[in-house]
Amino acid sequence: MKLTVNGIDHDVDAPPEMPLLWVLRDLLGMTGTKYGCGIAQCGACTVHIDGKQQRSCVTPVSAAEGRRVTTIEGLSEDGSHPVQRAWAELDVVQCGYCQSGQIMAAAALLAEAPEPDDAAIDMAMNGVICRCGTYQRIRAAVHRAAELDGRRSR
Amino acid sequence: MNGHGSTRRTFLKTSVAATGGLVIAFHVPGAKRLAASGLTPAGGFAPNAFLRIGEDDTVTVLLAHSEMGQGIWTTLPMLIAEELDCDWSSIRVEHAPAAQAYAHTAFGIQATGGSTTTWSEFDRYRQAGAAARSMLVQAAAQEVGVPVSECRTGNGVVTASGRSLRYGELTAIAATLTPPESVPLRDPSEWSLIGTPTRRLDTPEKITGRAKFGIDVQLEGMLTAVVARAPSFGATLKSFDASAARAVPGVRHVVQVPSGVAVVADHSWAAIKGREILDIEWTSGPTSGVDSEELLAEWADLTRSPGVTAAERGDTADALAGAEQTIESLFFFPYLAHAAMEPLNCAVRIGPDGCDIWTGTQFQGPDQMAAAAITGLDPEQVRIHTTFLGGGFGRRANPAADFVSEAVHVAKAAGVPVKTIWTRDDDTRGGYYRPAFVHRARLGLGANGMPVAWDHDMAGQSILAGTFFEAGMPENGVDPSSVEGLVDSPYMAEVPNHRVGVHTPDPGIPVLWWRSVGHTHTAFVVETLIDQAAHAAGADPVEYRRKLLAEHPRHLGVLDLAAEKAGWGSNLSAGRARGVAVHESFGSFVAEVAEVSVSGNEIRVHRVTAAIDCGIAVNPEAIEAQIQGGIAYGLSATLHSEIHLKEGAARESNFDDYKVLRLAEMPDVDVHIVPSTDPPGGVGEPGTPPIAPAVANAVFALTGQRLTELPLKL
Repeated sequence: MKLTVNGIDHDVDAPPEMPLLWVLRDLLGMTGTKYGCGIAQCGACTVHIDGKQQRSCVTPVSAAEGRRVTTIEGLSEDGSHPVQRAWAELDVVQCGYCQSGQIMAAAALLAEAPEPDDAAIDMAMNGVICRCGTYQRIRAAVHRAAELDGRRSR
Repeated sequence: MNGHGSTRRTFLKTSVAATGGLVIAFHVPGAKRLAASGLTPAGGFAPNAFLRIGEDDTVTVLLAHSEMGQGIWTTLPMLIAEELDCDWSSIRVEHAPAAQAYAHTAFGIQATGGSTTTWSEFDRYRQAGAAARSMLVQAAAQEVGVPVSECRTGNGVVTASGRSLRYGELTAIAATLTPPESVPLRDPSEWSLIGTPTRRLDTPEKITGRAKFGIDVQLEGMLTAVVARAPSFGATLKSFDASAARAVPGVRHVVQVPSGVAVVADHSWAAIKGREILDIEWTSGPTSGVDSEELLAEWADLTRSPGVTAAERGDTADALAGAEQTIESLFFFPYLAHAAMEPLNCAVRIGPDGCDIWTGTQFQGPDQMAAAAITGLDPEQVRIHTTFLGGGFGRRANPAADFVSEAVHVAKAAGVPVKTIWTRDDDTRGGYYRPAFVHRARLGLGANGMPVAWDHDMAGQSILAGTFFEAGMPENGVDPSSVEGLVDSPYMAEVPNHRVGVHTPDPGIPVLWWRSVGHTHTAFVVETLIDQAAHAAGADPVEYRRKLLAEHPRHLGVLDLAAEKAGWGSNLSAGRARGVAVHESFGSFVAEVAEVSVSGNEIRVHRVTAAIDCGIAVNPEAIEAQIQGGIAYGLSATLHSEIHLKEGAARESNFDDYKVLRLAEMPDVDVHIVPSTDPPGGVGEPGTPPIAPAVANAVFALTGQRLTELPLKL
């Protein structure tokens, strides 16, 4: 089966029901996308499929065939996406394990709502669990990313 | 100050000493000894075990401790750079290998825990940087032909007699010099990094997906395993049929290990699918009748009778009988899973020259010993490669080395390199929980409303019993980690008649330290009781505490600061109330004021104002993050999390039933740091204990309901 990840086509030999998460991590060696729960409860595995946030742990690889999959590795070449820059500026990360999912969820939110308010952030980001408790800085960093993004597009 | 005299720390020192032969002395091993031990790479300059300087000017700091989110990847390099005078951007960081050179300065084993890293390394890492600087200066003096007193350092350059020599240029000469025994450290007035908010050095890797956690380790020829474990703690394997599992495409081996049956496959998915169709028979096991609700009810009865005395003064019974008012409360705390975002995992390769282990661990020392015992190798032949930890919270510091031992068994039985991963269900149901506890307390107040008697009995499992730490326990069998924060409470010190009794039942459930350990329950009990006393006395909760803490300046300092910054006593919008708690743990003092509202039976925490006195604040940026995070971790246990045991196994299995705090519930947390010149205390854990009582006390202020069970339920 053909899978397009971060703009590159891959030939993948996997059963169609195999979750995209394990295809990315174990077959393609792209470990930036994390396993956290396997049942779409924690959001650590969040990727974009055709630009929308999706939980790769419950997405059969067959459902991603012929669509554009973007992972944390493909969000930017060098960590320069506004969300990544805001994350660095506000020193958001702690253990870092959930942050790929947080950043992918935030990037998908900003693509749809360039200036989200707290309520929109709470709704869009509530599905991504952080046990270190970086939530407060995540909220601030999403606002900051919106600012950075706005400046870029002006 | 008494911060460094905390029970647990003293105890751990004692206990480690008691386990025999472990070096406690502060020591920076010299370069020659390191070269002999094979710890230093060829080339560049490695003055000691903790840093090396390359010809390209890079300064690589080796961490004796594990980065699990607490920010030690940044704080320890700050200590070295403060003395080394290098360019901050030249710093690179690595986890050190497992070796005696990296043993904890207080515990004697290589370990990260107890909020000890900063204070335990405060001198050793500064000394390591100072020694390196002194050798570079000596090298420059030799090169230029001037006395060392004419050399100056700054930004990774030595200047002497008009010449500027980069540290990288000096490595060849410096490497030939003998490291000094000891170098005077800078006066705090000269510090430029310590005390300056400094951003994390691990951010670039962690925002791009490049950071490697244990679960990301993938080596040529390495297979992935999941293990089917017993359905109740302590049950053993009777028989199994793996024929169906072996037929799953990608499954390579199905092997028996002491903890169960491992399915070893080309990738995680095949291993998980294979395990689903394993046919296994288990014995019923020693805990198959354990039900946690029944346990808590039994222990509540048990606390009606006096336990082993852990603290006693005066005549408590007599003083209670003569008290003007008495308050009696019964407290319940459930078992809790750590639920780090990265489920447990460990990669192992056993070869003719030793055993390599890649994992995120807080306990390199005990893990290395355990792997050596299983493989029959010498500990030095077990090489532990510490990855980033996707959260630790105590679960990755297991004296029983459970997840490492199991992974070594799997690799040994399969005969190939294997990464053993735990699914979320495995992780949640895998035990080593924060032990459940019941406390029963009676407080007697005198005519002036102040406490005159405190009678207290508690029941819960010991964490240390049965581990190598047991040797350090007192003869009466009371686990210091059960009573920390209670028997050493400043309030108890002010109550002339008191008694604490401890029951230590053992239902056979594996238990372990969970961020802030005994303080997770004792702080709640103590700060609830004092709040009850204040209300019974008709006093303001902050004023009442101030009276009791008059002789405890550091408690008082954080209480006053948090109350002031929270606007204690000022009006709040309708439907909101404040609650307060103050607690010392791990050498630091924290007060928190929580502002809450209630809607139906839902408790909502809007804002938390925290004040911390952790002595010298090495990296204020990290301290703020740890207090915010410690509060979030505590709020999960305050509002949501509990493990129920039925038939000796957890009923909960994943984040759908083991609930934790989510982003929309996160309050705004303001953190205020008390300026201090006291030696550093801990910061990873001390933010957690006060939050649950602060919230419960606010709920009481708002509703009149006194909640004495976690998680809080209206």
